[in-house]
Amino acid sequence: MKRRFTFDRFLIQRLGTSMITLVALLTVVPIIAVFAYIIGKGAPALSWQFLSAMPHDGMRAGGILPAIVGTFYLTLGTAIFSVPLGIAAAIYLSEYARENWLTRLIRIAIINLAGIPSVVYGLFGLGLFVLFLKFGTSIISASLTLSIMTLPVIISAAEEALRSVPQAFRTVSISLGGTRWQTIRKIILPQALPGIITGVILGLERAAGETAPILFTGAAFFLPHLPNSPLDATMALPYHLFVISTQVPGMPIQIQYGTALVLIIFVLGMNLTATIIRSRARAKRQW
Amino acid sequence: MKSLRFALLTLLVFLAACGGTSGQTNPQPGSSTYIQNKGSDTIVNLALAWAEKYQAEHLDVSISVTGGGSGKGIAALLNKTVDIANASRQMQAEEIKQAKANGFDPLEFVIARDAIAVIVNPTNPVGRLTMQQISDIYSGKIDNWFQVGGQDRPIVRLSREVNSGTHVYFRDTVIRLGDKKNKTLFAADTLLLPSSEGIISEVRQNPNAIGYDGLGYVPPDLKTVAVAKDAKGPYVLPSIATVNDKSYPVARDLYMYTAGQPAGTVKAYLDWIVSTEAQTIVANLGFVPILK
Amino acid sequence: MKKALSWSEALITAVVKACGYSAIVFVILIFFFLLREGVPALAEVKLGELFSTRWYPIENHFGILPLITGSIIITLGAMLVAIPFGIGTAVFLSEIAPRWLREILKPLVELLGGLPSVVLGFLGILVLTPYLRVFLNLPTGLTALAGALLLGGIAVPTTVSIAEDALDSVPQSYREGALALGATKWQTIWRVTLPAARSGVLTALMLGIGRTIGETMAVMMVTGNAPVMAVKLTSIFLPVRTMTATIAAEMGEVANGSTYYHVLFFIGLVLFLISLVVNIIASSVVFKSKTRAERVLS
Repeated sequence: MKRRFTFDRFLIQRLGTSMITLVALLTVVPIIAVFAYIIGKGAPALSWQFLSAMPHDGMRAGGILPAIVGTFYLTLGTAIFSVPLGIAAAIYLSEYARENWLTRLIRIAIINLAGIPSVVYGLFGLGLFVLFLKFGTSIISASLTLSIMTLPVIISAAEEALRSVPQAFRTVSISLGGTRWQTIRKIILPQALPGIITGVILGLERAAGETAPILFTGAAFFLPHLPNSPLDATMALPYHLFVISTQVPGMPIQIQYGTALVLIIFVLGMNLTATIIRSRARAKRQW
Repeated sequence: MKSLRFALLTLLVFLAACGGTSGQTNPQPGSSTYIQNKGSDTIVNLALAWAEKYQAEHLDVSISVTGGGSGKGIAALLNKTVDIANASRQMQAEEIKQAKANGFDPLEFVIARDAIAVIVNPTNPVGRLTMQQISDIYSGKIDNWFQVGGQDRPIVRLSREVNSGTHVYFRDTVIRLGDKKNKTLFAADTLLLPSSEGIISEVRQNPNAIGYDGLGYVPPDLKTVAVAKDAKGPYVLPSIATVNDKSYPVARDLYMYTAGQPAGTVKAYLDWIVSTEAQTIVANLGFVPILK
Repeated sequence: MKKALSWSEALITAVVKACGYSAIVFVILIFFFLLREGVPALAEVKLGELFSTRWYPIENHFGILPLITGSIIITLGAMLVAIPFGIGTAVFLSEIAPRWLREILKPLVELLGGLPSVVLGFLGILVLTPYLRVFLNLPTGLTALAGALLLGGIAVPTTVSIAEDALDSVPQSYREGALALGATKWQTIWRVTLPAARSGVLTALMLGIGRTIGETMAVMMVTGNAPVMAVKLTSIFLPVRTMTATIAAEMGEVANGSTYYHVLFFIGLVLFLISLVVNIIASSVVFKSKTRAERVLS
């Protein structure tokens, strides 16, 4: 009686473990396949010319420089608005706020901001920045829209980084006569910086890859030159990929894959940087 | 922290490089004129080709081209945020009224003509259809290819989005057969694809599909259907000749609109567009040049 | 023993406090804007018309039901993919895989999460939809199924990441206790560890759902965008149109202030409210479980 019971359990375990392993394999293998496919098909298109030249012949030839530069400007603009605001908000939540209903409301608000569909951000950006504040379809409208979208990511990551600094650091600083802000600025913030930077990079990575928020707030199909001012519209890599894969007839397939590859490298380069910073910071941690 | 400094340095270098490059590709400030051109997705590639050619010959002018649909271009014109609106349909009465309310009379220029080709997969044996048959296919009355002489396959209907001038034109001229009182709609399961290229690629690989698009968008490897006005009439394939002699029933004008009389650079550009040089580009892209 | 704050310290404190409240301000601002531009739709379009089944806005057919069903069927389909694969992979990474494998695979899965959806949509139209059409003998590959598969792929990394963290944070003593009582590793996972991590796993799923409902570009490129009522089981093999794709495809064209404009904002409002509800449910689950855990441990 006991033996049959044991036999069943371990058989189930073996079956179950194999099934779970299979599931994990089925998840991981397509991921690798997707990357390999794009790298394989897109790498032949990459060249210094592709990355640095303007497009011509109806964008069917030449390079994608304006899209790369545009994405860069948008990411920079997003960083300018969301990073200070996000870190300050995280400092508030971690160091100043008490656990009351107001703080709980803020946390719910952050979770909600994180969940709002990206196209709704686009609508909001259209309504507020493009039309109401009359910034028009511009880098600044798109950056502001993207920064509100990125805010929850930065706040969450920064707050977690700040909270992970042991309380002892704060106690010692205050016992030595430091004010709360001095403690934060000179001790807590530097200690939490790697975690904060990781969060910032991951947030910006998402902003760089988004298309829907910039569709009606800043993206342009084709501009003859690079944007001169924040009030100009701009081309951008994710929108450019969308356009050349669906709107332009006779687009050489290699350029499409090449653009996809550049976008992936841009975005994942940021991801990799964040991961490296995170693991090196963990190694150098002082607690 | 060292890695942070390194990252910042790289950032600065990149910014400087961009500044350098932008100096080369930007027109000289002060002496440049900037024309903004927005609207129809049908016209966008033509507008882009024109813009490139014109800018190559007139280095002090820069022209930006954006698509989004005829409606978007007209809306932008009404808001006075563009110089030229591209439209594959005429402005509607409400839009003209809005323009007058905003203080100007929109001026219409015919800049090319376009045939709407009805396309099917190359393996599809059906090569000719009457307007009524196409109307019935798209309104849902005909569901299977064998009803029009083809194989036993379900018909997958492809269309442009509702904001496309091409969509509106096709609905009015083909589905409603030009009858303004006709209120027939596209079948509810018509796939509304956000771009011309989406239609092309689906028709290319799907033997069940039927689509329509400007002739300029149809690559040579797709099969174009010959259309007849009625069952008695000649079945005509779309081409420059058949559009100009009006034997192809599904042809239309393409327009550019300005807010009032154009002046200066905009006028020069529009004058150039109706010149022989620009109209050659029209033909090269598969549209129909306007006759002199 | 309170320190007297200098006024610069007070200023900085005020600024930080203001930034802290900013999240609430933004949510309220977004809600307000959506209301302001979306509610007129309720006045301009009869309620029966708004919730009818025909979406053809250029002739004043503003029925948004097909769009809602389109979004729902794709979300359900995506969840069918994301739940088994997401939780399964999370369990694998946290409980079964050796440490070194976990260190490789977890970043790899997170890499997929960073992939922009437009890239997945791009691959979808080139690779997935033709394959679906041929393999399943469908009239067209541009279907809800294609959308569900891509969205599942997008939701899986988020789900795996958070669920894996949740499983990882279950104290080792739980597992050791179970094993000491004679359970197999498999039984431990399913009857002890997973239930203990329940709130984190549920949060992971809810965030995955949230991400799915809000996805725009990938669905716009592969679902065919046909506004049909997707209510039958077989509808997943047919083209559908989601709320998000509708806004993205049509917003650029509308004249500001027109009824069409208001209806699109109304759809945005509906999306906002759906994500609000999902997030409130998710956060209340988390909050509730925390208090239960505190009771258990005290």
